[in-house]
Amino acid sequence: MRAVREFTKGFWTELAPFRLVLGLCPVLAVTKSMDGGFGMGLATTFVLVCSNVIVSLLRNIIPPKVRIASFILIIASFVVIVQMVMEASDMYLLYKQLGIFIPLIVVNCIILGRAEAFASKNGIFLSFADGLGIGLGFTMSLTFLGAIRELFGSGVIVFNWMGEVIFTFSPFGSAYQPFTFMQAPPGAFICLGILLGLMGLIGNRQTAG
Amino acid sequence: MQDILLMVIAAIFVNNILLMQFLGNCPFLGVSKSMDTALGMAMAVVFVMVLAATISYITQVYLLVPLGLEYLQTITFILVIAALVQLVEMFLKKAVPPLYRSLGIFLPLITTNCAVMGVCLLAVQKEYNFVQTIIFSFASAVGYGLALVLFAGWRERFAVSPIPKTFRGTAIGLICAGLIALAFMGFIGMVK
Repeated sequence: MRAVREFTKGFWTELAPFRLVLGLCPVLAVTKSMDGGFGMGLATTFVLVCSNVIVSLLRNIIPPKVRIASFILIIASFVVIVQMVMEASDMYLLYKQLGIFIPLIVVNCIILGRAEAFASKNGIFLSFADGLGIGLGFTMSLTFLGAIRELFGSGVIVFNWMGEVIFTFSPFGSAYQPFTFMQAPPGAFICLGILLGLMGLIGNRQTAG
Repeated sequence: MQDILLMVIAAIFVNNILLMQFLGNCPFLGVSKSMDTALGMAMAVVFVMVLAATISYITQVYLLVPLGLEYLQTITFILVIAALVQLVEMFLKKAVPPLYRSLGIFLPLITTNCAVMGVCLLAVQKEYNFVQTIIFSFASAVGYGLALVLFAGWRERFAVSPIPKTFRGTAIGLICAGLIALAFMGFIGMVK
Protein backbone atom coordinates (compact mmCIF):
# COMPACT_ATOMS: atom_id res chain seq x y z
CA MET A 1 0.00 0.00 0.00
CA ARG A 2 1.60 3.19 -1.14
CA ALA A 3 -0.49 5.46 1.12
CA VAL A 4 0.59 3.52 4.20
CA ARG A 5 4.22 3.88 3.18
CA GLU A 6 3.83 7.62 2.64
CA PHE A 7 2.18 7.86 6.05
CA THR A 8 4.74 5.87 8.01
CA LYS A 9 7.87 7.40 6.49
CA GLY A 10 7.19 10.51 8.58
CA PHE A 11 7.91 8.57 11.75
CA TRP A 12 11.43 7.48 11.04
CA THR A 13 13.04 7.70 7.60
CA GLU A 14 11.85 11.26 7.02
CA LEU A 15 11.23 12.30 10.61
CA ALA A 16 11.20 16.01 9.93
CA PRO A 17 13.23 17.72 12.65
CA PHE A 18 15.73 14.94 13.30
CA ARG A 19 16.32 13.28 9.96
CA LEU A 20 15.83 16.16 7.55
CA VAL A 21 16.84 18.89 10.04
CA LEU A 22 14.07 21.18 8.83
CA GLY A 23 11.81 23.52 10.77
CA LEU A 24 14.17 23.81 13.69
CA CYS A 25 13.03 27.18 14.99
CA PRO A 26 9.81 25.95 16.66
CA VAL A 27 11.56 22.73 17.66
CA LEU A 28 14.03 24.68 19.75
CA ALA A 29 11.79 27.48 20.91
CA VAL A 30 8.57 25.89 22.13
CA THR A 31 9.96 22.73 23.72
CA LYS A 32 10.52 24.26 27.14
CA SER A 33 7.61 22.16 28.26
CA MET A 34 5.93 19.01 27.00
CA ASP A 35 2.50 20.58 26.49
CA GLY A 36 3.98 23.47 24.50
CA GLY A 37 5.71 21.06 22.14
CA PHE A 38 2.57 18.95 21.77
CA GLY A 39 0.33 21.95 21.05
CA MET A 40 2.77 23.42 18.53
CA GLY A 41 3.03 20.02 16.83
CA LEU A 42 -0.73 19.70 16.51
CA ALA A 43 -1.09 23.23 15.12
CA THR A 44 1.63 22.53 12.56
CA THR A 45 0.06 19.18 11.64
CA PHE A 46 -3.29 20.82 10.99
CA VAL A 47 -1.75 23.43 8.70
CA LEU A 48 0.40 20.82 6.96
CA VAL A 49 -2.49 18.44 6.24
CA CYS A 50 -4.83 21.19 5.02
CA SER A 51 -2.22 22.89 2.85
CA ASN A 52 -1.13 19.55 1.36
CA VAL A 53 -4.71 18.70 0.41
CA ILE A 54 -5.43 22.12 -1.11
CA VAL A 55 -2.11 22.29 -2.97
CA SER A 56 -2.73 18.82 -4.35
CA LEU A 57 -6.25 19.82 -5.45
CA LEU A 58 -4.96 22.89 -7.24
CA ARG A 59 -1.77 21.38 -8.59
CA ASN A 60 -2.93 21.48 -12.20
CA ILE A 61 -4.37 24.98 -11.97
CA ILE A 62 -1.52 26.92 -10.34
CA PRO A 63 0.90 28.21 -13.00
CA PRO A 64 4.43 26.91 -12.26
CA LYS A 65 5.93 30.40 -12.24
CA VAL A 66 3.92 31.67 -9.29
CA ARG A 67 3.62 28.36 -7.47
CA ILE A 68 5.79 29.27 -4.45
CA ALA A 69 3.84 32.48 -3.85
CA SER A 70 0.55 30.56 -4.19
CA PHE A 71 1.72 27.87 -1.76
CA ILE A 72 2.72 30.52 0.78
CA LEU A 73 -0.70 32.15 0.47
CA ILE A 74 -2.51 28.84 0.96
CA ILE A 75 -0.38 28.06 4.00
CA ALA A 76 -0.85 31.56 5.42
CA SER A 77 -4.64 31.25 5.15
CA PHE A 78 -4.64 28.11 7.27
CA VAL A 79 -2.25 29.66 9.78
CA VAL A 80 -4.68 32.55 10.22
CA ILE A 81 -7.49 30.04 10.82
CA VAL A 82 -5.41 28.27 13.48
CA GLN A 83 -4.50 31.60 15.05
CA MET A 84 -8.10 32.80 15.27
CA VAL A 85 -9.46 29.48 16.54
CA MET A 86 -6.78 29.19 19.21
CA GLU A 87 -7.26 32.75 20.36
CA ALA A 88 -11.02 32.34 20.68
CA SER A 89 -11.15 28.89 22.29
CA ASP A 90 -9.95 27.14 25.42
CA MET A 91 -6.51 27.01 23.87
CA TYR A 92 -5.97 30.70 24.61
CA LEU A 93 -3.33 30.00 27.26
CA LEU A 94 -1.42 27.77 24.86
CA TYR A 95 -1.71 30.50 22.23
CA LYS A 96 -0.15 33.00 24.64
CA GLN A 97 2.57 30.53 25.56
CA LEU A 98 3.54 29.84 21.94
CA GLY A 99 3.48 33.55 21.10
CA ILE A 100 4.89 34.57 17.74
CA PHE A 101 5.66 30.97 16.80
CA ILE A 102 2.04 30.41 15.76
CA PRO A 103 2.12 33.06 13.00
CA LEU A 104 5.61 31.86 12.15
CA ILE A 105 4.22 28.47 11.09
CA VAL A 106 3.86 30.26 7.73
CA VAL A 107 7.61 30.22 7.23
CA ASN A 108 8.15 26.71 8.59
CA CYS A 109 10.25 25.10 5.88
CA ILE A 110 8.68 21.66 6.43
CA ILE A 111 5.26 22.81 5.23
CA LEU A 112 6.50 24.63 2.15
CA GLY A 113 8.90 21.77 1.51
CA ARG A 114 6.10 19.18 1.51
CA ALA A 115 3.91 21.36 -0.71
CA GLU A 116 6.72 21.76 -3.23
CA ALA A 117 8.25 18.31 -3.07
CA PHE A 118 5.18 16.14 -2.58
CA ALA A 119 1.72 17.67 -2.77
CA SER A 120 2.31 19.50 -6.05
CA LYS A 121 3.12 16.18 -7.72
CA ASN A 122 0.75 13.68 -6.08
CA GLY A 123 -2.95 13.01 -5.64
CA ILE A 124 -5.14 14.20 -2.80
CA PHE A 125 -5.21 10.98 -0.81
CA LEU A 126 -1.46 10.42 -0.94
CA SER A 127 -0.81 14.07 -0.05
CA PHE A 128 -3.17 13.75 2.90
CA ALA A 129 -1.33 10.65 4.13
CA ASP A 130 2.03 12.33 3.63
CA GLY A 131 0.98 15.47 5.49
CA LEU A 132 -0.54 13.52 8.37
CA GLY A 133 2.52 11.27 8.70
CA ILE A 134 5.09 14.05 8.60
CA GLY A 135 2.94 16.19 10.90
CA LEU A 136 2.46 13.48 13.50
CA GLY A 137 6.18 12.67 13.33
CA PHE A 138 6.89 16.33 13.96
CA THR A 139 4.43 16.40 16.89
CA MET A 140 6.04 13.29 18.33
CA SER A 141 9.54 14.76 18.12
CA LEU A 142 8.45 18.03 19.70
CA THR A 143 6.61 16.29 22.51
CA PHE A 144 9.58 14.01 23.16
CA LEU A 145 12.10 16.86 23.22
CA GLY A 146 9.76 18.94 25.37
CA ALA A 147 9.33 16.05 27.80
CA ILE A 148 13.09 15.56 28.17
CA ARG A 149 13.76 19.26 28.67
CA GLU A 150 10.92 19.73 31.14
CA LEU A 151 11.78 16.57 33.06
CA PHE A 152 15.45 17.41 33.59
CA GLY A 153 14.94 21.17 33.67
CA SER A 154 12.36 21.24 36.43
CA GLY A 155 12.26 17.65 37.69
CA VAL A 156 8.56 17.26 37.06
CA ILE A 157 6.37 17.19 33.95
CA VAL A 158 3.07 19.02 34.33
CA PHE A 159 0.95 18.49 31.25
CA ASN A 160 -1.64 21.25 30.83
CA TRP A 161 -4.27 20.97 28.15
CA MET A 162 -7.13 23.44 27.68
CA GLY A 163 -6.63 24.89 31.14
CA GLU A 164 -6.68 21.56 32.96
CA VAL A 165 -3.80 19.52 34.30
CA ILE A 166 -4.03 16.19 32.48
CA PHE A 167 -1.18 14.46 34.33
CA THR A 168 1.95 15.12 36.33
CA PHE A 169 5.02 12.94 36.25
CA SER A 170 7.80 13.26 38.82
CA PRO A 171 10.06 10.20 38.82
CA PHE A 172 12.85 11.85 40.81
CA GLY A 173 10.89 12.84 43.92
CA SER A 174 11.28 16.12 45.77
CA ALA A 175 15.02 15.81 46.47
CA TYR A 176 15.87 16.47 42.79
CA GLN A 177 17.82 19.65 42.14
CA PRO A 178 16.42 21.15 38.91
CA PHE A 179 18.93 21.29 36.07
CA THR A 180 17.54 24.60 34.80
CA PHE A 181 20.13 24.76 32.04
CA MET A 182 17.98 22.34 30.03
CA GLN A 183 15.14 24.85 29.86
CA ALA A 184 17.43 27.77 29.03
CA PRO A 185 18.15 28.53 25.36
CA PRO A 186 21.61 26.85 25.20
CA GLY A 187 20.11 23.69 26.68
CA ALA A 188 17.76 23.46 23.68
CA PHE A 189 20.63 23.42 21.20
CA ILE A 190 22.71 20.96 23.17
CA CYS A 191 19.80 18.64 23.95
CA LEU A 192 18.77 18.50 20.28
CA GLY A 193 22.40 18.01 19.24
CA ILE A 194 22.81 15.04 21.57
CA LEU A 195 19.51 13.52 20.38
CA LEU A 196 20.64 13.89 16.76
CA GLY A 197 23.90 12.18 17.63
CA LEU A 198 22.04 9.30 19.30
CA MET A 199 19.73 8.95 16.32
CA GLY A 200 22.79 8.88 14.06
CA LEU A 201 24.16 6.08 16.21
CA ILE A 202 20.98 4.03 15.79
CA GLY A 203 20.88 4.81 12.04
CA ASN A 204 24.49 3.68 11.61
CA ARG A 205 23.76 0.42 13.43
CA GLN A 206 20.81 -0.22 11.12
CA THR A 207 22.78 0.37 7.93
CA ALA A 208 25.77 -1.61 9.23
CA GLY A 209 23.62 -4.53 10.37
CA MET B 1 19.67 58.37 23.43
CA GLN B 2 20.33 56.03 26.33
CA ASP B 3 17.15 54.13 25.57
CA ILE B 4 18.26 53.58 22.00
CA LEU B 5 21.69 52.37 23.07
CA LEU B 6 20.11 49.97 25.53
CA MET B 7 17.76 48.69 22.87
CA VAL B 8 20.65 48.09 20.47
CA ILE B 9 22.69 46.19 23.04
CA ALA B 10 19.66 44.20 24.12
CA ALA B 11 18.82 43.23 20.55
CA ILE B 12 22.37 42.29 19.58
CA PHE B 13 23.57 40.47 22.69
CA VAL B 14 20.97 39.84 25.38
CA ASN B 15 18.01 38.83 23.23
CA ASN B 16 20.06 37.66 20.30
CA ILE B 17 17.47 36.71 17.75
CA LEU B 18 19.21 33.53 16.69
CA LEU B 19 20.63 32.12 19.89
CA MET B 20 18.13 33.31 22.48
CA GLN B 21 14.89 33.49 20.49
CA PHE B 22 15.59 30.70 18.00
CA LEU B 23 14.52 32.56 14.89
CA GLY B 24 16.12 31.69 11.57
CA ASN B 25 17.82 28.44 12.50
CA CYS B 26 17.46 26.65 9.16
CA PRO B 27 19.72 29.02 7.20
CA PHE B 28 21.93 29.26 10.28
CA LEU B 29 22.84 25.59 10.00
CA GLY B 30 22.61 25.59 6.22
CA VAL B 31 24.91 28.40 5.16
CA SER B 32 27.42 28.48 7.99
CA LYS B 33 29.78 25.95 6.45
CA SER B 34 32.25 28.57 5.26
CA MET B 35 33.09 32.10 6.28
CA ASP B 36 32.34 33.63 2.85
CA THR B 37 28.81 32.32 2.57
CA ALA B 38 28.13 33.26 6.18
CA LEU B 39 29.26 36.85 5.56
CA GLY B 40 27.14 37.01 2.39
CA MET B 41 24.09 35.72 4.20
CA ALA B 42 24.66 38.10 7.13
CA MET B 43 24.75 41.09 4.81
CA ALA B 44 21.68 39.95 2.91
CA VAL B 45 19.81 39.53 6.18
CA VAL B 46 20.73 43.01 7.44
CA PHE B 47 19.59 44.49 4.15
CA VAL B 48 16.28 42.67 3.87
CA MET B 49 15.39 42.71 7.56
CA VAL B 50 15.56 46.49 7.90
CA LEU B 51 13.57 47.02 4.70
CA ALA B 52 10.99 44.38 5.63
CA ALA B 53 10.48 45.70 9.15
CA THR B 54 10.11 49.27 7.84
CA ILE B 55 7.58 48.33 5.19
CA SER B 56 5.61 45.99 7.41
CA TYR B 57 5.46 48.74 10.05
CA ILE B 58 4.02 51.13 7.48
CA THR B 59 1.53 48.51 6.32
CA GLN B 60 0.47 47.76 9.87
CA VAL B 61 0.01 51.37 11.00
CA TYR B 62 -1.39 52.97 7.86
CA LEU B 63 -3.26 50.10 6.27
CA LEU B 64 -4.26 47.31 8.62
CA VAL B 65 -5.12 49.27 11.77
CA PRO B 66 -7.22 52.03 10.14
CA LEU B 67 -9.16 49.44 8.16
CA GLY B 68 -9.57 47.14 11.18
CA LEU B 69 -7.88 44.26 9.40
CA GLU B 70 -5.33 43.28 12.06
CA TYR B 71 -6.32 39.65 11.72
CA LEU B 72 -4.81 39.63 8.23
CA GLN B 73 -1.42 40.55 9.67
CA THR B 74 0.22 37.18 9.05
CA ILE B 75 -0.85 36.95 5.40
CA THR B 76 0.01 40.58 4.70
CA PHE B 77 3.46 40.39 6.26
CA ILE B 78 4.49 37.24 4.42
CA LEU B 79 3.27 38.75 1.15
CA VAL B 80 5.15 41.97 1.82
CA ILE B 81 8.33 40.06 2.59
CA ALA B 82 8.04 37.78 -0.43
CA ALA B 83 7.35 40.70 -2.77
CA LEU B 84 10.14 42.74 -1.22
CA VAL B 85 12.70 39.97 -1.62
CA GLN B 86 11.72 39.55 -5.25
CA LEU B 87 11.98 43.29 -5.82
CA VAL B 88 15.37 43.58 -4.13
CA GLU B 89 16.63 40.68 -6.20
CA MET B 90 15.52 42.27 -9.47
CA PHE B 91 16.86 45.67 -8.46
CA LEU B 92 20.27 44.34 -7.47
CA LYS B 93 20.53 42.26 -10.63
CA LYS B 94 20.01 45.35 -12.77
CA ALA B 95 21.69 48.06 -10.72
CA VAL B 96 24.53 46.50 -8.71
CA PRO B 97 25.62 43.27 -10.43
CA PRO B 98 28.69 42.65 -8.21
CA LEU B 99 26.54 42.82 -5.07
CA TYR B 100 23.94 40.64 -6.74
CA ARG B 101 26.54 38.01 -7.49
CA SER B 102 27.63 37.85 -3.86
CA LEU B 103 24.16 38.06 -2.27
CA GLY B 104 22.06 36.62 -5.08
CA ILE B 105 21.76 33.01 -4.01
CA PHE B 106 20.86 33.95 -0.44
CA LEU B 107 17.99 36.26 -1.30
CA PRO B 108 15.35 33.62 -2.19
CA LEU B 109 16.27 31.75 1.00
CA ILE B 110 15.41 34.80 3.06
CA THR B 111 11.71 34.65 2.22
CA THR B 112 11.38 31.58 4.39
CA ASN B 113 13.81 32.84 7.01
CA CYS B 114 11.61 33.13 10.05
CA ALA B 115 13.96 35.70 11.58
CA VAL B 116 12.81 38.33 9.08
CA MET B 117 9.13 37.78 9.70
CA GLY B 118 9.81 37.30 13.41
CA VAL B 119 11.38 40.74 13.67
CA CYS B 120 8.46 42.32 11.82
CA LEU B 121 5.99 40.66 14.22
CA LEU B 122 8.06 41.47 17.31
CA ALA B 123 8.34 45.13 16.36
CA VAL B 124 4.55 45.34 16.06
CA GLN B 125 4.02 43.35 19.24
CA LYS B 126 6.34 45.60 21.25
CA GLU B 127 4.53 48.68 19.87
CA TYR B 128 7.67 50.40 18.65
CA ASN B 129 7.39 53.64 16.74
CA PHE B 130 8.88 54.16 13.29
CA VAL B 131 12.43 55.06 14.34
CA GLN B 132 12.53 52.39 17.02
CA THR B 133 11.39 49.79 14.49
CA ILE B 134 14.26 50.64 12.16
CA ILE B 135 16.84 50.59 14.95
CA PHE B 136 15.45 47.40 16.45
CA SER B 137 15.44 45.57 13.12
CA PHE B 138 18.95 46.74 12.28
CA ALA B 139 20.32 45.71 15.68
CA SER B 140 18.57 42.33 15.48
CA ALA B 141 20.01 41.74 12.03
CA VAL B 142 23.49 42.64 13.26
CA GLY B 143 23.03 40.19 16.13
CA TYR B 144 21.98 37.52 13.65
CA GLY B 145 25.00 38.21 11.45
CA LEU B 146 27.34 38.20 14.44
CA ALA B 147 26.14 34.80 15.61
CA LEU B 148 26.28 33.43 12.06
CA VAL B 149 29.85 34.61 11.45
CA LEU B 150 31.08 33.44 14.86
CA PHE B 151 29.55 30.05 14.23
CA ALA B 152 30.98 29.78 10.70
CA GLY B 153 34.47 30.54 11.99
CA TRP B 154 34.09 27.69 14.43
CA ARG B 155 32.52 25.33 11.96
CA GLU B 156 35.35 25.69 9.45
CA ARG B 157 37.54 23.86 11.93
CA PHE B 158 35.26 20.83 12.10
CA ALA B 159 36.89 19.51 8.95
CA VAL B 160 40.19 18.98 10.75
CA SER B 161 38.85 17.99 14.17
CA PRO B 162 38.58 14.39 15.34
CA ILE B 163 34.81 14.38 15.94
CA PRO B 164 33.12 11.05 16.83
CA LYS B 165 31.51 9.64 13.71
CA THR B 166 27.91 9.79 14.92
CA PHE B 167 28.17 13.45 15.88
CA ARG B 168 29.58 14.70 12.57
CA GLY B 169 27.50 17.22 10.68
CA THR B 170 24.45 18.79 12.24
CA ALA B 171 24.71 17.18 15.67
CA ILE B 172 28.05 18.73 16.56
CA GLY B 173 26.89 21.96 14.92
CA LEU B 174 23.94 22.17 17.30
CA ILE B 175 26.09 21.43 20.33
CA CYS B 176 28.53 24.18 19.33
CA ALA B 177 25.61 26.55 18.75
CA GLY B 178 24.55 25.69 22.28
CA LEU B 179 27.99 26.62 23.60
CA ILE B 180 27.89 29.97 21.77
CA ALA B 181 24.42 30.54 23.21
CA LEU B 182 25.85 29.77 26.63
CA ALA B 183 28.49 32.45 26.09
CA PHE B 184 25.79 34.91 25.02
CA MET B 185 23.87 34.12 28.20
CA GLY B 186 26.69 35.89 30.01
CA PHE B 187 25.30 39.16 28.65
CA ILE B 188 22.06 38.74 30.60
CA GLY B 189 22.09 41.35 33.31
CA MET B 190 23.75 43.97 31.13
CA VAL B 191 20.32 45.35 30.31
CA LYS B 192 17.39 45.17 32.68
